[in-house]
Formats: sequence, C-alpha cells, structure tokens
Amino acid sequence: MSQQSIPLFEIFIRSKRGLDHRHVGSLHAEDSEQALEYARDVYLRRSEGVSIWVVRSSDITASQEKDVESFLDPMDDKPYRHATHYKLPKEVDNM
Amino acid sequence: MTENTTRIDPQLTTFEDKITNEQRIEPRDWMPDAFRKTVLRQMSQHAHSEVIGMQPEGNWITRAPTLHRKVILLAKIQDEGGHGLYLYSAAETLGASREEMVQALHDGKAKYASIFNYPSLTWADIGMIGWLVDGAAIVNQVSLQRTSYGPYSRAMIRICKEESFHQRQGYEATMVLARGSAEQKAMAQDSLDRWWWPVLTMFGPHDTDSAHTGQSMKWKLKRESNDVLRQRFIDQTVPQAEFIGLKIPDPDLKWNEERNAYDFGAIDWDEFMQVISGNGPCNRQRLAHHVRAQDEGQWVRDAMHAYELKRQARDAA
Repeated sequence: MSQQSIPLFEIFIRSKRGLDHRHVGSLHAEDSEQALEYARDVYLRRSEGVSIWVVRSSDITASQEKDVESFLDPMDDKPYRHATHYKLPKEVDNM
Repeated sequence: MTENTTRIDPQLTTFEDKITNEQRIEPRDWMPDAFRKTVLRQMSQHAHSEVIGMQPEGNWITRAPTLHRKVILLAKIQDEGGHGLYLYSAAETLGASREEMVQALHDGKAKYASIFNYPSLTWADIGMIGWLVDGAAIVNQVSLQRTSYGPYSRAMIRICKEESFHQRQGYEATMVLARGSAEQKAMAQDSLDRWWWPVLTMFGPHDTDSAHTGQSMKWKLKRESNDVLRQRFIDQTVPQAEFIGLKIPDPDLKWNEERNAYDFGAIDWDEFMQVISGNGPCNRQRLAHHVRAQDEGQWVRDAMHAYELKRQARDAA
C-alpha cells in the first residue's frame, strides 16, 4: 500500500495545563487511535505536552490565502476596535 | 466507622493537588460534581450577562450622536456577542448544551448580571456603561484570568484583551460630555448618579454575606473576594471621575490614608436583592426581548438546516 492512501492527521499538543492545544505538525496513520500513538512517539518524546488532539486533515476546512483580501480586508478600516484609538490625557491613560 | 468512609479518594486527591499546585483543571479531568456545577453556573451566568448586556447599549445604536460614535457602539456590541459565544463554548466543554442554557435563562433558573436590568435613558448612559460597567467587569475578569478551570481562564484572557477598548471609549465619550455645554455636563452627572451604586453591586454581596465565595476561593475558581475587587474598582475610578470634574454620588466617600484606599458609604443591598429576584426596572423587558429574538430567529436556523439537508442529498445523488 502506498503512503498516499494512508490518511493524514493533524496533531495538536497542549504543552501545559491551562494552555491551548497548538498545532505541531501532521502524520499518517490508519485511524485516530494509531495517530494518537504515533503523535506520542513523534512529538512527545521529551515530555513536550500533557494532552494530544488528532484530527483528520480532510476534516479541516481552511480559508484560502488567495481570498484573504475579500475575506479579511473589512477589518482594516476599523481602527476604533483598538484601545489605542482612544486618546486620553496622561493622568487617566492607565486604563 | 467502616473502611470505606475513611478511605481517601485518589481522584479527589489528584484534583486537589492540581488546584494546590496552580494547575488548571481541563475538560476531561475528573472533578467533583460540586465543582462542575459551580463552574458551569458561573460560566453560563457570565455568558448570559454578555448577551443580555447588548440590550441597554443596542437601545442607542440608531440614536448615536455621530456616525463615529455609532460605529464604535456597533463594534462594542458585536464584541459582547462574541464574548457570550466564547463563554457558552467554554461551558459546553462540560457537556452543557447551548439549548439547555438558553432555556434555563428563559425559565428564570439561570441568572445574568443584574446591572443590565437598569435602563439606558440618555446618551450619557452609553459612555457610563463603557466606563463603569465594563470597568467593573474588567476588574473582575482580570482576576478571573487565573481561574482554575482551563477553558474559562482562556476565555477570560481573550475577552480582557478585546475589552480594553470598551472602557476607554466609554470614558472618552463621558469626558467629551463632561467638558461640553452645561447641559451635557449635567447629563453626564445625572448618568453617573444613577449608575454608580448599581455598579458597585456588580461585585456581589460583601464577603461575609456571600454564599459561594468560600468554596469558590478554595477551588481557585474565584481568585479574589468580592470586597477586594470592589475596593480596587473604587480606588481606580474615583480619580478618573475627579479628573473630568464629575462627582461620585457618595457623601461618605473619603480617602483613608491609613488603609491607602477610599472609604465609601453603605450599599443598598435591599435594592440589589429586589433587582436580582426579578423586580428591577427592566428585568421583564430584557428577558422578553431575548425570548422574542430567539423565537423570531428560528426561521433562519430552520432555513440553514433545510439548506444543509438539501446539500447533503444533492452530494449523495
């Protein structure tokens, strides 16, 4: 069987309690149980984390870089969403 | 005494060790039922507050004095909706469903911050809500960034980051009024007079009268007590009011050199209890509006679902 036909999984690791799981990479596995074990062997050899999430890559829907202008552009003209937009005198600026 | 009753529960020991060692509790960890119940109640109440809190501000969108103030207000209200979503999602990590939580709100079983049962009568109230209500919420939420339930703590960190503009825009809007015409200044003062005391109750009853504080502090769900947070809010807000020439409506308010903090007058807890038990100026209106919005939006959810079913059928064909 070629490597191509083995599903790809994306691996997320929580490095420490209280932190988010973060994407660390991907690997091929036959199913999610196996992906968990592989992820342990590949990404946690030095206690890099306390919890692993595995997700089939094909289950991830991603935004497209080429669409970024029409998809995200409307945010650029909204400076009033930032605290720095509001100029306060220095006596009360620590807010 | 039997052996069973004296045996130490190893799961409980592990849980308590995590709390002692400043570890966060994560969704799949074992936790005592009472902890799960308490953190769920707190997160659902917090989420409902964000969503109900959109109403007093939404009241002024169409009447904002300038287009600039209007887009700011829209952006802020949009943030509050988003914050509700973060918190509902955090609550859902414990297996509560959104439908259950909303139903509990509609049935009057779940509470929201009672401050939102006060009306926004003038434009000055919009500035006052940002400056004082969000200011008080931020004091509480900064403290909750270190709460022991992981998803709640992460939601708080995100919310605090986004919320910094809310208080600043409110203070800035208030400052413009306070430095404007005599009528504008009077409007700002009237608004402060009406909001000050209710805002102080946002931190909850005094520590000696608070039903949940002791256990919540032990679990580190709550990191600082109601009175500590209230005092911090007062100490930071009084100079801000003085700076723009507004007067805090409390004749007993006085700097206490010894305590290095402001002394303040007695809070009317009877009013607080009245409002929290459903008899505030806007309780019925707030809930009725939420129910109506939920009902009137049902056709959108139905349409989305019908479309999804149709798409699936088409893909299968």
